[in-house]
Amino acid sequence: MAWEYVVNGINGAIKLVVNGDPELVDIAIRSVKVSGIAAVLAAIIGVPVGVVLGLSRFKGRGLLKSIFNALLGIPTVVMGLILYLFLAPAGPLGFLGLLYTEMGISFGQMLLILPIVISFTVSSIESVEREIRDLALTLGANKIQIMFKIVEESLSGIVLSIIAAFNRAVAELGIALMVGGNIFVRGGGLNTRVLTTSIQMYVARGEIDYALALGTILIAIVFTITAISNYLQKKWVGYD
Amino acid sequence: MIELRNIEKKYGETVALKKVSLRIERGEIFAVIGNSGAGKTTLLRILSMLETDFLGEYLFNGKDARERAEEVRGRITMVFQNPVMFKGSVFDNVAYGLRVRNVDSDEIEKKVEEMLKLFRLERFRDKSARKLSGGEKQRVAMARAFVIDADVYALDEPTANLDPENARIIEKTIKKIKERGKTIVLATHNLFQAKRLADRAAYIESGQIIETGESKELFENPKHPRTQNFIYGFDFF
Repeated sequence: MAWEYVVNGINGAIKLVVNGDPELVDIAIRSVKVSGIAAVLAAIIGVPVGVVLGLSRFKGRGLLKSIFNALLGIPTVVMGLILYLFLAPAGPLGFLGLLYTEMGISFGQMLLILPIVISFTVSSIESVEREIRDLALTLGANKIQIMFKIVEESLSGIVLSIIAAFNRAVAELGIALMVGGNIFVRGGGLNTRVLTTSIQMYVARGEIDYALALGTILIAIVFTITAISNYLQKKWVGYD
Repeated sequence: MIELRNIEKKYGETVALKKVSLRIERGEIFAVIGNSGAGKTTLLRILSMLETDFLGEYLFNGKDARERAEEVRGRITMVFQNPVMFKGSVFDNVAYGLRVRNVDSDEIEKKVEEMLKLFRLERFRDKSARKLSGGEKQRVAMARAFVIDADVYALDEPTANLDPENARIIEKTIKKIKERGKTIVLATHNLFQAKRLADRAAYIESGQIIETGESKELFENPKHPRTQNFIYGFDFF
């Protein structure tokens, strides 16, 4: 009986995915878009911060690194709650009008994944910094050339940090639910329903086939993005 | 050409070099011999200006090296014991020092090809440098250093852990580079190699230079009991 429940759910999910259910497609595209924007914003801010933090030595650097490392594990529900309080109409950032919008989710996810991009970028830089700096220095490179060489040598780690950040964003629930609100009106232009919020909703409703189909899509997105990034790293970043 | 006066270097509480004084002349191969951890690498790092935080005086061509560290780095190139390879092909690795000096591409092509030939690396030209064997990587590291028209090459254990064939190629090339009038400072614990290659040598122990002299004299007739102890521990013949 229990297995029948699961098998029926899987069968229903396969049909929905194979038939390209428009609602599923819409939700999946929105998820990729919202989390993609979050990852791009986090990369634009986080990579330069990580590079500077990785390359420079100043007082308080260790503390700053520890803070970013500690933020890696922040529960998304807590983050969602804090963001909700800040973005609510009466909150300090209420004037931005981001609550219950796609951009609001992107903003929240960007804050969530920023420590991932920064911490992983710092680690990538630090893992090659000493030996590449010495080598480039003794071969006659100046400070700028050395910095570029270190970043170039750390590039695969930096790309990996952005991929990990995107995967964390697309798979999180707390922020998408509290800041986005899981709004969906067929044909509406202000929808905020994404994969994770809809999975949670369909499970609550007992519509397991939908939940499984969306779960499958979510996993497929994560795997596909990772596979593409691996391919591009080999092609663009070049030799191992 | 190079003169060190009372150089002292500490890493935290650990003393790496104690009152080291040396003179290295232009065009000679100068070997620094000693056991692992004796201070050979630190000495080479200071000569190459990779370490600038030390006590004492370092004169390069009669002038304070620390005051013009960047210029000195342009004249002295170090080859590390563990050859670090950049991402990219063997060609890219060897060309790096020329590219950062804005040498034009035709010149780079010519000089790199010459070095690849000298180190018998032609067939690896477009291969990933990181996928080569240890001996091949060491040859790339040497080619990458020698392609630069430096005055001094500081070589840290250039043939450690290499097979005889790779070691032979490297030693042969060191001699050829010396014939071009370049100065070579060779840190090694391989006494046979030091004896074969060096014009003069210094024995270093626990961060102190124990004895310096003509290579033949130092190896065949060491004066200091600690040098005798180190050298006679080896059976040359």
